[in-house]
Amino acid sequence: MKDEVTSREERIDNLKGMGCSRKRVEDARFTQGKGNYVDDIKLDGMIFGDFVRSPYAHARIKSIDTAAALEVPGVLAVLTAKDLEPLGLHWMPTLAGDKQMVLADGKVLFQGQEVAFVVAEDRFAAADGIEAVEVEYEELEVLVDPFKSLESDVVLREDTVDEAGKPVDGAHGPRKHHNHIFTWEAGDKDPTFEVIDNAEVVATESMYYHRTHPCPLETCGCVASMDKVNGKLTVWGTFQAPHAIRTVVSLITGIEEHNIRIISPDIGGGFGNKVGAYPGYICSAVASIVTGKPVKWIEDRMDNLMTTAFARDYHMTGRISATKEGKITGLHCHVTADHGGFDACADPTKFPAGFMNICTGSYDIPTAFLEVDGVYTNKAPGGVSYRCSFRVTEAVYFIERMIEVLAIELNMDAAELRRINFIKKEQFPYTAALGWEYDSGDYHTAWDKALKAVDYDGLRAEQAQRVEDFKAGKTRSLMGIGLSFFTEIVGAGPVKNCDILGLGMFDSCEIRIHPTGSAIARLGTISQGQGHATTFAQILASEIGLPADSITIEEGDTDTAPYGLGTYGSRSTPVAGAATAMAGRKIRAKAQMIAAYLLEVHDDDVEFDVDRFVVKGAPERFKTMKEIAFAAYNQAIPGIEPGLEAVSYYDPPNMTYPFGAYVCVMDIDVDTGVADIRRFYALDDCGTRINPMVIEGQVHGGLTEALAVALGQEIAYDDMGNVKTGTLMDFFLPTAWEVPNYETDYTVTPSPHHPIGAKGVGESPHVGGVPCFSNAIQDAFRPFGNRHTNMPHDHWRIWKTANELGLHG
Amino acid sequence: MIPAAFEYYRPKDMAGVLSILEEHGDDARVMAGGHSLIPMMKLRMADVPHLIDLQDVEGMSGIEIGVEAIRIGAMVTQHDIIDHEPLASAAPILREAALQIADPQVRYMGTVGGNVANGDPGNDMPGLMQCLDAAFTVVGPDGERDIPARDFYEAAYMTAREDEEVLTAVTIPMPKGGYAYEKQKRKIGDYATAAAAVQIVNDGGTCASASIAMTNLSDTPIYSEAAGAALVGTSVDDAAMNAAVAAMLGDIDPTEDNRGPIAFKKHVAGVILRRAIERAWSRA
Ligand SMILES: Cc1cc2nc3c(=O)[nH]c(=O)nc-3n(C[C@H](O)[C@H](O)[C@H](O)COP(=O)(O)OP(=O)(O)OC[C@H]3O[C@@H](n4cnc5c(N)ncnc54)[C@H](O)[C@@H]3O)c2cc1C
Repeated sequence: MKDEVTSREERIDNLKGMGCSRKRVEDARFTQGKGNYVDDIKLDGMIFGDFVRSPYAHARIKSIDTAAALEVPGVLAVLTAKDLEPLGLHWMPTLAGDKQMVLADGKVLFQGQEVAFVVAEDRFAAADGIEAVEVEYEELEVLVDPFKSLESDVVLREDTVDEAGKPVDGAHGPRKHHNHIFTWEAGDKDPTFEVIDNAEVVATESMYYHRTHPCPLETCGCVASMDKVNGKLTVWGTFQAPHAIRTVVSLITGIEEHNIRIISPDIGGGFGNKVGAYPGYICSAVASIVTGKPVKWIEDRMDNLMTTAFARDYHMTGRISATKEGKITGLHCHVTADHGGFDACADPTKFPAGFMNICTGSYDIPTAFLEVDGVYTNKAPGGVSYRCSFRVTEAVYFIERMIEVLAIELNMDAAELRRINFIKKEQFPYTAALGWEYDSGDYHTAWDKALKAVDYDGLRAEQAQRVEDFKAGKTRSLMGIGLSFFTEIVGAGPVKNCDILGLGMFDSCEIRIHPTGSAIARLGTISQGQGHATTFAQILASEIGLPADSITIEEGDTDTAPYGLGTYGSRSTPVAGAATAMAGRKIRAKAQMIAAYLLEVHDDDVEFDVDRFVVKGAPERFKTMKEIAFAAYNQAIPGIEPGLEAVSYYDPPNMTYPFGAYVCVMDIDVDTGVADIRRFYALDDCGTRINPMVIEGQVHGGLTEALAVALGQEIAYDDMGNVKTGTLMDFFLPTAWEVPNYETDYTVTPSPHHPIGAKGVGESPHVGGVPCFSNAIQDAFRPFGNRHTNMPHDHWRIWKTANELGLHG
Repeated sequence: MIPAAFEYYRPKDMAGVLSILEEHGDDARVMAGGHSLIPMMKLRMADVPHLIDLQDVEGMSGIEIGVEAIRIGAMVTQHDIIDHEPLASAAPILREAALQIADPQVRYMGTVGGNVANGDPGNDMPGLMQCLDAAFTVVGPDGERDIPARDFYEAAYMTAREDEEVLTAVTIPMPKGGYAYEKQKRKIGDYATAAAAVQIVNDGGTCASASIAMTNLSDTPIYSEAAGAALVGTSVDDAAMNAAVAAMLGDIDPTEDNRGPIAFKKHVAGVILRRAIERAWSRA
């Protein structure tokens, strides 16, 4: 039994615990096409549903004639709002405290809105049925510009006004106008304005962070199955938050929660797109209840891009003030937020603009004020975070652009301006002007490391030479150096200030050790590609001393997993990862008592050592965790219950604040607008590193999505509210061809309040990457007078910048 | 994205194809690689009740390199073009262009015949074939005829081919001189923002002949005779290239789309053509 020959190092290696680049256990099935996604689920007698969608962005529905559709062979039923109304399901609550039509209730508010649900024996019959439904529309004036919407007499939502036509209060307070959703403020208005108005230097800029879409490779969908015998509704679906979905379904249908089982199988990417509830889920459930058969609904790519949760669409205006030497004194930000036809964000209740108030960034800014106005328009609902927690990308883009603009105003190097304004290491924990308490950071070290790695001074010298060559007619290519330093806020969140629809944002882990020393752990989160089955097992391996390979991680089934708020906003490691460590420690505490009994010493006389408890001072006397597990089940130990299980619900005391320093070098063809990314360096500090290889994968993926957003990815509308980018021909998804070679690096500044010091990394590269790519473009044109141009920086917009600066002769 | 129901046919010979076409007229269409047609059917923008798959029809997959001309069967895939060494040495512009079409997956299926017959102004091969002065052989109920590529395109999706005719081969006079296919696109798999095909002959430092065609800058490919003429007799210097670009700009008629506004497209068309001429001349 004794494994004396094995050294301590070997025992550590055997665990494949924290810090190990363990290969992803998920990949065996994903790379062989053996994943089990929603569309892989096939049940006996399963039927299909699909939507009739509105071709118009704003129209009254005069009539819906389903007769011809019901004649189509294979079509079983057509649901409209009239059918859902008696059940109270024609509208549903959104996660932002608003409500949304499930099926068009008298009018439509965006192109692609769900009008009727055709249920048929197969997908093909459903598609033919859709063609046969006759809907008579009366077109209404379309509002796609939020500023015009705020001035228009057109009332988009009849529930926003009283009988006299006066605006009624919304979920977050009074409305300024009938198309206005909310105003949200943070910070101190008057002191901020006073500082800015009297400052030595002020830089002002307006910027539009365009509407885009997370576009997961797998679209949204579900299979709903009502078992009429036992009254139980089971829904398999693309849910980033299965437990929250169960509660919401229960609240709106009245079905008791124990009679609802929500299962998230393998999910092919989420990035926020799969947090909310969609009409397809409700309609499938209703159709299953009505027909008694399982009903599958799967979006196609266009449905996904045109109707499910978009990201961004923030019009931001900023003022930043500083001394002549460049010390920032104040910041003001105003946002006009375009939410589309319904406010279907997934923000914590008290944060209708998410964590936009992280917009003071990594800088020690003494006074700041933020105000956000949410507005309805004739666009699809959403406003989820796209690989960021609740508007953090918007906030970081805003401050990282404002810093660049201020550097221009001060005629200063933007790297130096950042350096003199960073929050200093000794200031942590640091309370920012807009309220957040940053847990830990060492920004100067990270910044210096990054600038040194890329030879920043050398790059600037090369750039200056390029500008000279350009002016002398020797080249038509400009060089841009993009900088960004970001501070993330992730791990929502402390229940005292974070809830969604009243559900506290804790998370959970439940561990069961099997008698022979392997284990299963279940969590309230759900992986969509992040590799939870790999990394959470590593946390546990280090905590409980059983090999990661002997630990199964299971998530996503509400009948078996403990309650949790799911996976988005980089919250899994900060919250569920903490719960995992804490549950592991409970296991270890019981194991310690068992070990002491078996070794016939007092509890305090044994200590944990990698994979065993040893008698203090007598390391040859020990019990391995495997032995302890066996004893826990098979030996009657006085005073100790049999079994070895634990559960932990973790309410984080604070958010975590990962940070990073990114540098991008681009060569820009002034004549064609083509930007070539020559180099991208990314230093991430996500605190304790659980699996460096998984971190690197997350960074590569997040940077690639950042590249997409900065350089071309958008959901664009024309004046009639038609989506112009509804297919992957026009919606930019980068492939290996467009992606540069990323250089990754790191520093480690653990979170002081997290049990293992981990902060989360999934969204950092996206949050920091977007401004870095954008800044590189803008920086290339700085010597010619550019201050700011809006993303996406696709060829023609880059060309336009060059053209407007007179660079085409 | 599910097409309307259709009948599927897979005849073994051209007679079989023609008889189905004759029987169903407008309601029937041939399919080659399907990589333009199937997306249109799925979007229900093309209604094809009778779909005739050409995959089993013999005699349309060969590449013959003669002394005077090259003959490429309609069912030769874009991948075959890239992969065919003798073809790449006889007409290297074909490989250079094919490598800029779509991505490998599409090119394994997409055919030369489908690409030129499709009539989409975004397709790269129509302009290429106009530059090379190719002829398209079509066969129909009244027999076979050849249509010059430069006369083939009438408007978007409108060509000189009759509905009941099938394109069987493309014949290209043996290209001479330097060549270039230059294409600007937003991403891999994208149609051109602007593309230029140039074939040019250098006779002791003077341009003896030049052929220029542009892609996705009008509702048809644009063979710009005037642009080529502007180079002939010159040393292809700056002034000549400016004249060629000016002539080309007079022939194209781009529209605004997600790739950008008209002014941008015209500017890029000029830049791309100039680069294509420079590269072709350097190889001539
Ligand atoms: C993602 C993607 C990217 C693409 N990018 C490009 C690109 O960059 N450049 C480019 O040029 N193309 C591009 N394409 C189109 C691709 O090259 C197609 O393969 C090509 O346009 C059509 O060839 P096909 O063999 O697939 O024809 P099909 O799709 O089968 O047919 C196209 C049309 O031609 C007709 N047709 C086909 N063969 C014949 C024949 N022998 N006689 C008469 N009529 C016929 C059909 O009836 C149909 O109307 C792209 C396609 C995709 C899906």
